[in-house]
Amino acid sequence: MRKFKEFIIEKLILISGLASIFFVILIFLFLLKEGLALFKFTTPFQFLSGKNWYPISEPPQLGILPLILGSLVVTIGAAVISIPIGVACAIYIAEVAPKRIKETLKSGMELLAAIPSVVLGFIGMVTLVPWVKSIFHLPTGLTALSGSIMLAFMAMPTIVSIAEDALYSVPKSYKEGALALGATEWQMIYRVMLPAASSGIVAAVMLGIGRVIGETMAVMMITGNSAVIPQSILVPVRTLTATIAAEMGEAVVGSEHYFALFAVGIVLFVLSFVINVGADMFLHREKTRI
Amino acid sequence: MRKSARSQKVAFFFLLLATLLIVVPVGLIVVIIAVKGLPAINWQFLSDIPRQGMRAGGIFPAIIGTLYLVLGAIIFALPIGLLAAIYLSEYAKENLLNRMIKLSIVNLAGVPSVVYGLFGLALFVVFFKFGASILSGSLTLGIMILPIIITASREALESVPHTFRDVSFSLGASKWQTIRHIVLPNAIPGILTGTILGLGRAAGETAPILFTVAAFYLPQLPKSIFDQAMALPYHLYVISTQVPNMDEKVRYGTALVLLAMVLFMNLVAIVIRARFRKKKKW
Repeated sequence: MRKFKEFIIEKLILISGLASIFFVILIFLFLLKEGLALFKFTTPFQFLSGKNWYPISEPPQLGILPLILGSLVVTIGAAVISIPIGVACAIYIAEVAPKRIKETLKSGMELLAAIPSVVLGFIGMVTLVPWVKSIFHLPTGLTALSGSIMLAFMAMPTIVSIAEDALYSVPKSYKEGALALGATEWQMIYRVMLPAASSGIVAAVMLGIGRVIGETMAVMMITGNSAVIPQSILVPVRTLTATIAAEMGEAVVGSEHYFALFAVGIVLFVLSFVINVGADMFLHREKTRI
Repeated sequence: MRKSARSQKVAFFFLLLATLLIVVPVGLIVVIIAVKGLPAINWQFLSDIPRQGMRAGGIFPAIIGTLYLVLGAIIFALPIGLLAAIYLSEYAKENLLNRMIKLSIVNLAGVPSVVYGLFGLALFVVFFKFGASILSGSLTLGIMILPIIITASREALESVPHTFRDVSFSLGASKWQTIRHIVLPNAIPGILTGTILGLGRAAGETAPILFTVAAFYLPQLPKSIFDQAMALPYHLYVISTQVPNMDEKVRYGTALVLLAMVLFMNLVAIVIRARFRKKKKW
């Protein structure tokens, strides 16, 4: 009897172990099932390179180029802000900060990561958006720039914690060797530690960017939601994620619009898949080398 | 030598500056929400239904909806996540399958939250015909927090020293007995930490519940798991973007309740982990 019970439990454990693979495949299949139906109406090329997103005109025009460019502008902006600050902060936490401050800062990063995106979106709406509007004398502060700044704050905890891990896992002997040769701490950091941790830092940056591309609520609330090809960073844009979130509520199940939003979901899923697998390879390389 | 010492000073100054550039705004965000939100918080705000098109009254149904969703998500995700963690730490061998599982977990963690929303809509709402309901939302959130629970539980299980297992085996215990009586009890604080972090994430996410549960305005409590429900993060989204002439105080109050709920859970998790690390004797 005990043998039988253990047999059942161990099978359950195996099945649960496989659950993550199952769910990833299930997500992809259901996105495909609903999204590929779009291509009865249009071609993948038209969908990806079409310049007009007018989902409710008759017939609907479903080109997601403006949305891709919207996501791109916001993401580049956020990357430019968050990568230098995030990596510098990671170096500070890993190498410079005294031990007690270090623990506090790490907990602080966890708290930042925990703030719900809708709360950051709200606070962005009431503080950042009016500032951007008055500083740049714009008709509206709901711009790609506002989105980039807010998203930078969502990418930073990811970048900081993973880059900090990478720096931390560099063997102590590297450090001691450099210091013994008479390098200052800063020389040791940027000549020895940074190159040794480089692949982990690359992974940190990739995962941070992945977080930015996938972020939905904050970006929907503060980028102004205008699905036109952006000419600068100071105009309203609409991202891939915000389009799904804003329009799925109104799209009729089984309509062309509904299928198109799922096709956008496929694009996002594939993007995040590539980024995560890539980052994982960089992290893995780090581990095998040392 | 003087020059390198000076450049070190300059460099460290910029590193500190970058850190402050993150820490100060975060502190400000929390303080602003707390200061402007506190005046709105009173018993009526927490226990009353929304009135006058959400411009007055309270947020009680949204709080309850979020609690139901979080509870549902954890009921679904904790058993699967814990068993998966046991598999990875106790059974899996270093092979292709193991690598595939780990890669899937990384991917699940990286799928954009709105894509979870789409998936939940396609699978639970449309395919299984659960409709927009607490059940659909809980399951969607449950899958979303699965990687958090697996990763944290696995770390906790793996940090139990191998000698513990060896001793248990040498006394004639079976593999499952060893896991059940030796490994699991020693890993509980870590598992608890992961579970609470998962709860916090589920409570704060909006995009996955947009099309799977969320009701715009529902001044009553859900009666079964097949009902739609209001939820705090969605409610905050609605009152900050869709309801004009809204009293700012109510928005800040709602943001404060949500933020307090999520940060409280995270603080509990951090405290449990810190105490556990201190107590750990091996």
